[in-house]
Amino acid sequence: MFRNQYDTDVTTWSPAGRLFQVEYAMEAVKQGSACVGLRSRTHAVLAAANKAASELSSHQRKVFRVADHAGVALAGLTADGRVLSRFLRSECINHAFVYDAPLPVSRLALRLADKAQVCTQRSWKRPYGVGLLVAGLDESGAHLYYNCPSGNYFEYQAFAIGSRSQAAKTFLERKFKGYDDYTPEQLIRDALSAIKETLQGEKLTSSNCTLAIVGRKDDGTVEPFEMIDAKRIQEIIDSMEAAEETPVAAAEPSSTQEEDKGTDAAPMDI
Amino acid sequence: MSRRGDWVYENNGGTCVAIAGADYCVVAADTRLSVGYSILTRDHSKICELADKCVLASSGFQGDIKALHKNLSARELLYQHQHNKRMSCPAMAQLLSNTLYYKRFFPYYAFNVLGGLDSEGKGCVFTYDAVGSYERTGFSAQGTGSTLIMPVLDNQLKSPSPLLLPARDAVTPLSESEAVDLVKDVFASATERDIYTGDKLEIVVINKAGTKREYIDLRKD
Repeated sequence: MFRNQYDTDVTTWSPAGRLFQVEYAMEAVKQGSACVGLRSRTHAVLAAANKAASELSSHQRKVFRVADHAGVALAGLTADGRVLSRFLRSECINHAFVYDAPLPVSRLALRLADKAQVCTQRSWKRPYGVGLLVAGLDESGAHLYYNCPSGNYFEYQAFAIGSRSQAAKTFLERKFKGYDDYTPEQLIRDALSAIKETLQGEKLTSSNCTLAIVGRKDDGTVEPFEMIDAKRIQEIIDSMEAAEETPVAAAEPSSTQEEDKGTDAAPMDI
Repeated sequence: MSRRGDWVYENNGGTCVAIAGADYCVVAADTRLSVGYSILTRDHSKICELADKCVLASSGFQGDIKALHKNLSARELLYQHQHNKRMSCPAMAQLLSNTLYYKRFFPYYAFNVLGGLDSEGKGCVFTYDAVGSYERTGFSAQGTGSTLIMPVLDNQLKSPSPLLLPARDAVTPLSESEAVDLVKDVFASATERDIYTGDKLEIVVINKAGTKREYIDLRKD
């Protein structure tokens, strides 16, 4: 095919002015299981759909605490994501060491983006194959950023990445305009509903999703970034389903989801 | 007093004490910061809470102490991220020893006492020299008033030789309030004769319920 001539090296441009290796890296993000992020003025929520490599194994960790005031959810090559989380953690620690203040979320996203850009301009490197949703709280409120393998980053009110994320994005597009004034509980509910959209029929339980929140309460106290435990997630899901009063879809075995993704998904692509 | 041109340290004075009990630990330090015969401030904490069950008190050169405390806090945060739990007191004890010896040829001018609860919930105290030699004990004092305080603690708290049978615990059988009273008494005594100790006493008590802080006035002269 035409484009295969210019896609060997990340440092080779195509005649149309594209870097195919970078675009292929963004495809890797779309292979990962879905992640969703949303924010109000004071709180930011991250949710991820858990996928296990097989029924015997545990699921991949997709949501990481980076500092007390920030965390990330990732989709794509989770090994790359783990390494980047470690980098973000050390950036936050070093900034706090030097300036005695938390690293503002926009600067955190910028550091990550600069690191990703380096890999798009060295012939001996490859782009990171992971997209990150960076959620955090700083002096100017709650923020959500999406960092892609290309080195670009954008701020969002709400966003979804990974496989079947379009379903979640459609759901979020309908409701995001009101998010600034949402309470944390409403944000959590919408995050879970968005993840439910990506599961496409499979029943949403506390074992196939992860949830994390960070924010500042009305009285000024800060709620540091933390994962919400499975028991509480299940309670929220149960109360959501009771409120909907619709019959819950029958549970499908997760092995069918694996086949849907395509038989040549490499084991590292979760 | 003749000074070498390259002497980069100064002693900001002060005393730190820690006592381990069966299920608690008391860490205390005065809050006076001095240089020479002057007082820089009467209200400076020498105590750093490194983890929920681990508290460090250091006296010596405040510049090095601040840097040491910051260093250890950052390392503890890293440990939290990697291990998904806070550092235990014995783990922090080893980390502090390694951190100090790392600068064996340009030491931290800090005399440290680390106190907290070990993984079984028993009180533990670790005492250090400036380059990281450390020992787990039942009680310790470091700083300018340590020579005045240590003999009194030996008198009140020292257990008989570990060679004697039956084996006795190094930690004191005193109750928490008795240990706190002892700490207040020894500091009051040290304040009388050590010019660098005084103003206020900060006492931190760690037990399974958490960490409590208390301030007692000392003589300001």
